Amino acid sequence: MSRPSEGRSPVASIVSSVWSLIAVPLLAVLMALVVGAVVIVLSSVLVLKNPFDPTLPLTAYSALALGAFGSYDSVVSTLVLTTPLLLAGLGVGIGFRAGLFNIGAQGQFLMGAVGSVAVAVWFAHTPAVIAIIAALLGGMIAGAAWGFVPGLLKATSGAHEVVTTIMMNYIALAVLAWIVIGPLRQPGSVSPATPSVGVAALPIVLDRSGHIGIFIAFLAVPIAWFLLFRTTRGFEIRAVGANPDAARYAGVKPRRLIVLTMSIAGMLAGLAGATTILGVTHQMNTTFSTSVGFDSITVALLGRSNPIGVMVAALLFGAMRAGAGPMQINAGIPVELVDFIQALILLFLIANVALRRLLRLRGVSGAEQTGFETITRSYGGETTG
Amino acid sequence: MTSGFPATADAARAPVPKLEMRGITKRYPGVTANDHIDLDLQPGEIHALLGENGAGKTTLMNILYGLAVPDEGQILIDGTPVRIAGPSDAIARGIEMVHQHFMLIPVLSVAENVVLGAETMANPIFLDLREASRRIRKLAGKFGFELDPDAKVQSLSVGQQQRVEILKMLYRDAQILVLDEPTAVLTPSETEEIFVLLRNLAKDGRSIIFISHKLQEVLEIADRITVIRRGRVIGERIPAKTNAKELAELMVGRAVLLTIDRGQSHPTDVRLKVEGLRVRDDRGGEVVRGVDLEIRGGEILGIAGVAGNGQDELVEALVGLRKVASGRVSLAGRDVTGASPRTINEANVGYVPGDRQRFGLILPFPLTDNLVLTSYYKPPFAHGLIRDEGAILAAARDRIREYDVRTPSPLVPAQTLSGGNQQKLIVAREFVGDTTLLVLDQPTRGLDVGSIEFIHKRIIEKRNVGAAVLLVSAELDEVMELSDRIAVMYRGKLVAFLDGRTADKYQVGLLMATGEGGSGVADATGSAS
Amino acid sequence: MDALLHALNGIPVLGLVFQFVEYFITSLPFTAHVAVQLAVPICLAALCGVMCERSGVVNIGLEGIMLTCAFTGWFAGAVVTGVLGPGTPTPIFGFTVPLLLALVAAILAGMLLSLLHAWLSISVRADQIISGAIINIAAIGLTGYMNTLLSTQTLAATSNFSALRIPAAVAGFPVVGWLINALFGQGPIGIATVLIVIIFQILLFRSRWGLRTRSVGEHPRAAETVGIDVIRLRYRNVVMSGALAALGGAYLSMEATNAFQAGMTQGRGFIGLAAMIVGRWTPVGAFGAALLFASSQAISQSISVSPPPGDLGTLLSHVPTQFFDALPYLITIVVLAGLIGRSIAPAADGRPYQRESAS
Repeated sequence: MSRPSEGRSPVASIVSSVWSLIAVPLLAVLMALVVGAVVIVLSSVLVLKNPFDPTLPLTAYSALALGAFGSYDSVVSTLVLTTPLLLAGLGVGIGFRAGLFNIGAQGQFLMGAVGSVAVAVWFAHTPAVIAIIAALLGGMIAGAAWGFVPGLLKATSGAHEVVTTIMMNYIALAVLAWIVIGPLRQPGSVSPATPSVGVAALPIVLDRSGHIGIFIAFLAVPIAWFLLFRTTRGFEIRAVGANPDAARYAGVKPRRLIVLTMSIAGMLAGLAGATTILGVTHQMNTTFSTSVGFDSITVALLGRSNPIGVMVAALLFGAMRAGAGPMQINAGIPVELVDFIQALILLFLIANVALRRLLRLRGVSGAEQTGFETITRSYGGETTG
Repeated sequence: MTSGFPATADAARAPVPKLEMRGITKRYPGVTANDHIDLDLQPGEIHALLGENGAGKTTLMNILYGLAVPDEGQILIDGTPVRIAGPSDAIARGIEMVHQHFMLIPVLSVAENVVLGAETMANPIFLDLREASRRIRKLAGKFGFELDPDAKVQSLSVGQQQRVEILKMLYRDAQILVLDEPTAVLTPSETEEIFVLLRNLAKDGRSIIFISHKLQEVLEIADRITVIRRGRVIGERIPAKTNAKELAELMVGRAVLLTIDRGQSHPTDVRLKVEGLRVRDDRGGEVVRGVDLEIRGGEILGIAGVAGNGQDELVEALVGLRKVASGRVSLAGRDVTGASPRTINEANVGYVPGDRQRFGLILPFPLTDNLVLTSYYKPPFAHGLIRDEGAILAAARDRIREYDVRTPSPLVPAQTLSGGNQQKLIVAREFVGDTTLLVLDQPTRGLDVGSIEFIHKRIIEKRNVGAAVLLVSAELDEVMELSDRIAVMYRGKLVAFLDGRTADKYQVGLLMATGEGGSGVADATGSAS
Repeated sequence: MDALLHALNGIPVLGLVFQFVEYFITSLPFTAHVAVQLAVPICLAALCGVMCERSGVVNIGLEGIMLTCAFTGWFAGAVVTGVLGPGTPTPIFGFTVPLLLALVAAILAGMLLSLLHAWLSISVRADQIISGAIINIAAIGLTGYMNTLLSTQTLAATSNFSALRIPAAVAGFPVVGWLINALFGQGPIGIATVLIVIIFQILLFRSRWGLRTRSVGEHPRAAETVGIDVIRLRYRNVVMSGALAALGGAYLSMEATNAFQAGMTQGRGFIGLAAMIVGRWTPVGAFGAALLFASSQAISQSISVSPPPGDLGTLLSHVPTQFFDALPYLITIVVLAGLIGRSIAPAADGRPYQRESAS
C-alpha cells in the first residue's frame, strides 16, 4: 500500500476519503429538498389558498419515498426509470470528462428510440435474440450518429456543441414525429403510432416491469469506468478535458477525440432510448417524449462524471421519478417539483463554495472544490490541433 | 533630502518633488518584491528605473497605480500623502501608466481606445468621437507624430500601438507618466521616435518614470537612474557620470554564483539542425525570423535573450507544438519539419516547457499519469488499449525516487506539489532514457535554489552521457554557467554565437539588449566548431 | 411576359425554382407579417444574449428566463384581473391596468433571474454554461409545477395586447406597404422590439455605456486599468438584459396568445442564442438572423394555409410538414458551422474576471 503514513486506521481513512467525495453532493441534495419544501408550503398557501400546513412537505416527500421504495413493484419501477438516466448520464459524464457539454442527450435518446423501433419493425420475423440485438444496435447507432454530427461540427468548424446539440434535439423531435405519422405508422391505427416492437421486446427479468435493460445499464457502469480509467483512450479523453494543451503535447489529437467522445456519448444515450422503447413502451407515438436528456445532465454533474457517482445519482433521480407520480396522486404535489429540485441540487453544487462562505459553514474537510469549474469552454475556445 | 540618498543630482531642483514613494515594501509568499524602496520624481524629469527581470520594478509601479497594495510605505504627490486604492484613484491624481503588455482593445478604434474611461461626451449619453478625434490629432501634432483616430488598433504596428498608449495618457492630461519596458517590442527606429516624444513631454513639464533593463536606452533617455536589485534600491546615478559597465555591475550584482563543474564537452554527431526557420506567434506576426543552428550530442547550446524575442515560439516549433512557417528542422539527419509532438517525442526528444502548468503537466491528474504523459500508450505502460497500472505505478515510484520529487504518494494530484517539485516531475519524465535531444525552456524559472541546483546537475549529467541540449533562458547566469556554446537571440534572430567558456557576461548582456556586441563576437554561423 | 413566365416555369427543376420565387413574392405580405411575429421572441432573446455577452457573460439561460416570464406575466395578469377586474382595453394595443402590471411583474421576474445568473457567473465565478442550464431546468420545473397546480383552479381570463391595425390604404401601398404592415402591424411588444433593436444598436456603438460594455467584453483588464469597474458593469448589463428576455417571454403569453402553456418557449431562447451568433453579436444582425429563422417557419405556414399551385404545389405536398418544422434548426446548424470562423465572439466572453490587485 502506498498510503501516506498517517496515524489513522485504513478504515477511518477510507471513510474520510469517501466522505470528502460525497459530502458536497449530499449537502446539495439536502438543501434542495429544504428549498423544495418551502416551495411546497408557499405554493399551497398562496396559490391553492389552503391553510398553512408545515407537514405538507413531509407528506409529499414520504409519498415520494414510498412511491420509490415502498414495495417490490416500486423498487422495480425505480430501477426501470434509473436505467435510461444511468445510460445517458454515463454518456454526458464521459463528455464532461473530455470538456464537452453535451446537451444533446435528449435528441440522442429520441433517435436511439427511433432507430431501435425502426429496426425492430424490420426484424419482426426473426428469432427474438437476433431481433433484440439488432434493435439495440440500431438504437446505439442512431444515437451515436446524433452525437457524431455535433462532434464533427465542433472539430471541423468550431461550432459550439451547446448550440448544435440543442438544435439536434429539435430536429430529432421532428424526425420522430415524421416517423410516427409517416413511414412507420401502424396501418389502421386511430392515432398515429408505430407497430409494436414485437419479438424485439426486452425480456422481463424482474416481475412485473423489470426488463433486462436494467442489467445492461448497470453493466455499463464498470465498462465506462474501465474505459475512462483503465484504457489509453480514456486517459486521452480525460487529458483533453483537463488540459488540452498538455494533451496535445502528449500526442493526443483533440479533434479526433472530440468526434469519438461525442459519438460514444450519443451511443449511450441512444441505448437509453432503445431500452426505453424495447423494454417499457414497446411502441412509439407522437407523445413519446421524455425528460431523460436534461435529467441526465444533472445526473452526470451530481455524480461528478465518475461512473460510480453517476450510478448513485441516477438511482436517486430514478427514485424521484418513480415517486413523483404517487406524490402527485397521494399528496397532490405536481410531478414537476422533481425538475425544480434537480435544478436546485445543481445550483447548490456550483454555488457551494460561495454559499459556505455566506452561511459561515465550516469547510467540509478535504472536499474538493474543483470539478465544477469550467467544464465548458466558451464559443471562443476553439479546438487547437 | 527625503529619498535617503545623498544628493547626487543638481541642487537647483525644485524643493517639492512631483512624486515621492517612501519605504515601499511588498511581500509575496516567499519573496519580498519591494524592500523599503524610496523613489522621488521631479517635475519635468525622466527618471529611469533599471533592474533585471524580477527585480521588483513592475511591482513598485503596480503599487503606484493601485493595482497592488503595499504592506508598508507611503506615497506623496506634490508633498501630500495620498492613498491609491485602485487605478481610478491613480488616474484621478494624474498618474497614468503604459503597461508592459499593452492595455489596448484590438477591435476598437484608436479614438475609442484613447477616450475609454475618460470619454468625451456630446451629451450625457452619446460619445463625441469627432471632437475626440480632433483633440487626438491636435495632441499628436503637438508632440510631432501622426495617427489616424479612426483606424482599428489591431491594424496598427506595434510602434503605433505604443503611441496610442502614450496618447491615452496625454488625453487625460497626465502629469506623472509611467512606462513599463516601453521599448521591449519596438524596433530601433520606433524606439528613437518614442524617445523624441518622451523628451518633448518632459520639456512640457511632465514627469516620467521609465522602466527598463536595457542599459544603453536608459543612458540615452534618462535624467536620473535608480538601480533596483532583488527588491532594493542599489544606487542612483546620473547618466553623464556613469557608463554601461558600471550600471551592469550594479544591476546584476557581484554575487558569487553557485558554480557547477561542468567539465569538458565532447561533441559528437549533429543531433539537431535548423535551417532558415521562420515561425509566427498566435497573432500571426513572424517572431522567429530565420534561425539557423546546429547542436551536437554531448554539448549544451544556451540561447540567451530577453524574454519575448521569439524563444518560446522557436522552442514550440522544434517540439511540434507550433506550425513552422518556413525552413527546415532535422533530428539526427531526419527531416521532422512540421512533425507532430508525438513523432518528435518518439525520436527521443525531451522537452521542458517554459509554461509548465500549460504544456508540462495535467495538474488535477496524479503524479503517475503525469510521469507517463508522453508514453502512456506504449509498453510497458499499456498493452494495446489497456493500461498497465502496475507498471505505471512502479515506474512512477522509481522516477520519483531517482529525481527526488517530494510527495506523500505517487497518487496525489500534481497540483498539490510545490513549483520546484512540479518541475522535477517534468524533468523526471523528460530526462529518462536514451535522450537524443533535450529542449529546455526556462527550466528553472521561479524555483528555489535547491531545485535549481538539482536540475542544473541533471542537465550536465545528460550532456555527459551524450545528449544534445538546447537551453533557453532569460537568466543570463544560467546560460553562462551551463552552456558550452552560447547563442544570443534578438528579435527573432540568433545574432551571435559565442564560446561558453570565454564569453564575457557583459558582452552577452549587451548583445541581448541591443543585438550588437561591439568586438569579440566570435562567429555567427551556428555550427559547432 | 406571362408567356415568358409560363415558358420558364416549364423547365424541369429550374422551373420549380421560378415557381417558388413567384409564390414567395405573391405570398410576401402574409409571410412577412407572420415572420416578424415569429421573429420577435427570438430576437428579444438574442438581444438579451448580445447585452450579456458583449460584456463578457455567456447566458444560455435565455430559454428559462423567457419561460419564467411568460408564466409570471400571464399569472400576474390573472391574479390582478381577479382583484381589479378586467378593465377596459384601450382602442390601440388593448392596454389594460392588469395587463400593464403583469408586464411589469414579468420584467421584474426576468431581472431577478438574471441577477441569479450574474451572481453565479460574476461573483461565484461558476461555470456560466452550467449556471444557464440551472436556470433552464428550474424554469421548466417551476413553471410546470405551478401550471399543474393552477389547472385545478379557476383563474380570471386575461386579455392580451392587440396589434396595431395598419389602414388598408397604407398596407396596400405599392412596394413598401407590406413592409410597413409587417413591421408595425404588430402589438406593443412587437413594435417595441423593432425600436429596441435600433436604439440598442446605436447605444452599443455610439454611447459611453456601449463603449465600456464592448471594452469589458473584449479586454476587462484593459478596461480596469482606465478605471472602469468591470464587475459592476457586468452585473448591470446582465440584470438589464433580463428585461429583454422577459419581454420575449411576455410576448408569448401576453401578446401572441393570452395564456400560458408548459414549455411554450419551445427552444426560442436557444434559437435566439444562435441568432446572436449569426448576427455577430450586434442587435441589427441578431434581428436579421431572427427574421431568417422565422421566415422558414412563416413560409411553411404559408404553404400549409394556401399551397402554391402547379408542379411546386404537388412537390411540396410530398414534403413532410416536419421538414419545415425542423428547418429553422437545420438552418441554424448550417449557418453556425459555416459562419463560426468569421463570427468572432467578444474575446473575454464566458471568462470570469478576477481582479488582480487586492491579493
